[in-house]
Amino acid sequence: MRKWALRILFFMLFMLMSYSVLQMPGDIGLDSPAYNEATHHYIEESLGETGAINIIASILTDYRAFDTLGETIVLFTSIIAVISILRPSAKPEEEEAPTDG
Amino acid sequence: MDDIIVKSITRIIIPFVQLYGIFIILHGHVSPGGGFSGGALFGTSLILYTLIFGVDKAQKKFSHRVSEIAESGGILIYLSIGVIGIFTAGYFLSNKAAGFPLGEAGSLLSGGMIPLLMIGVGIKVASTMVTLFHTLIMEERL
Amino acid sequence: MGIVNLIIVVLLIVCALAIEKMKDLLGAVIVFSIYSLLMSVLWLVLKTPDVALTEAAIGAGITSILFIAIIGRTERFEK
Repeated sequence: MRKWALRILFFMLFMLMSYSVLQMPGDIGLDSPAYNEATHHYIEESLGETGAINIIASILTDYRAFDTLGETIVLFTSIIAVISILRPSAKPEEEEAPTDG
Repeated sequence: MDDIIVKSITRIIIPFVQLYGIFIILHGHVSPGGGFSGGALFGTSLILYTLIFGVDKAQKKFSHRVSEIAESGGILIYLSIGVIGIFTAGYFLSNKAAGFPLGEAGSLLSGGMIPLLMIGVGIKVASTMVTLFHTLIMEERL
Repeated sequence: MGIVNLIIVVLLIVCALAIEKMKDLLGAVIVFSIYSLLMSVLWLVLKTPDVALTEAAIGAGITSILFIAIIGRTERFEK
C-alpha cells in the first residue's frame, strides 16, 4: 500500500516536472527572457571595457570576478578539509601532543 | 607499474599535456578555455606521472612544500590583484578603471588583469587536483 | 534539435539509469566516465567549447581517478 502511494507520488512529481520543462521557452529567440539588456551590454561593450575577445572569460574574471574568487575559496576549503581528515604527513610528535577541541 | 611501454609513452606524452594546459591557461582571454580547464589538464598530467612512476618519485617533483606554496599562492595572486584595484580605482577587482593596460584586442598581451587572474586560478586548480590525489594515495600506506 | 543531439540525450539517460542499477561500483565509475564523455560531446554540439573542455578534464579524468582511488581503499561491491 505504501509502495503504491509512493509510486503515485513520484509519478505525479514526474508529470509536474515534465509540465514545467514543456513550459520553458523552447525557441531561443529575441523574445526569450534570457535575452535582455545585460546580454546586449556584454555582447556590445565587453571588448571595449575589458579588452578580451573571449566574452566568457571577460564575464568570468571581470564582471563576475567575485564568483570566481568564491570558486577558488571553495577549492581551498575543500583541500583543507581533505588534508585535515586524511592527514598524509602526520608527524608522530603531532599525534601524541594533546589537542584541545 | 613496471611496463616499459607504458613508461616510455608516458614520458613522451606528459610534456605535450603540460604544454597544452599552459597554453589554455595563458590563452584564456582569446580562445575557449581558461584557468579552470587548463589547471585541470595540468593537474591530470601530474596525476598520470604519479600513477605510472609511483608516489615517491612524484613527491620529489611535487613535494608538500611546493604544494603549500601553490595552494596559498594561487589565491594570494587573485586577492592581491583585486586589492590593487582598491588603491587605484576604489573598487575591489576592477580592471580598466584600475589602470591595467588593455592592450590590442586579440593579442596575447591584452585584457588587463584577466590573464593574471587566469594564471592564479590555474595554479590553484592544478595544485588542488594533485594534492587531493596524493593525499588519497599516501593515506593508504600509514 | 538535431538527430545527434537526440541520440546523445538518449544515451545519457541510459547511462544514468545503468549507474543507478549497477551493483559493481568499479563498473559504475567506468559508466560514469562514459557519461561525462558523452556530456562533453553534448556541450560541444551545443556550442560551448569552454564547458566541454572542463567536463572532459574534470568529469571524465579526475573524478574517475578519485573515485577509483576511493574504491581501492573501501569495498568494490555494493551491499
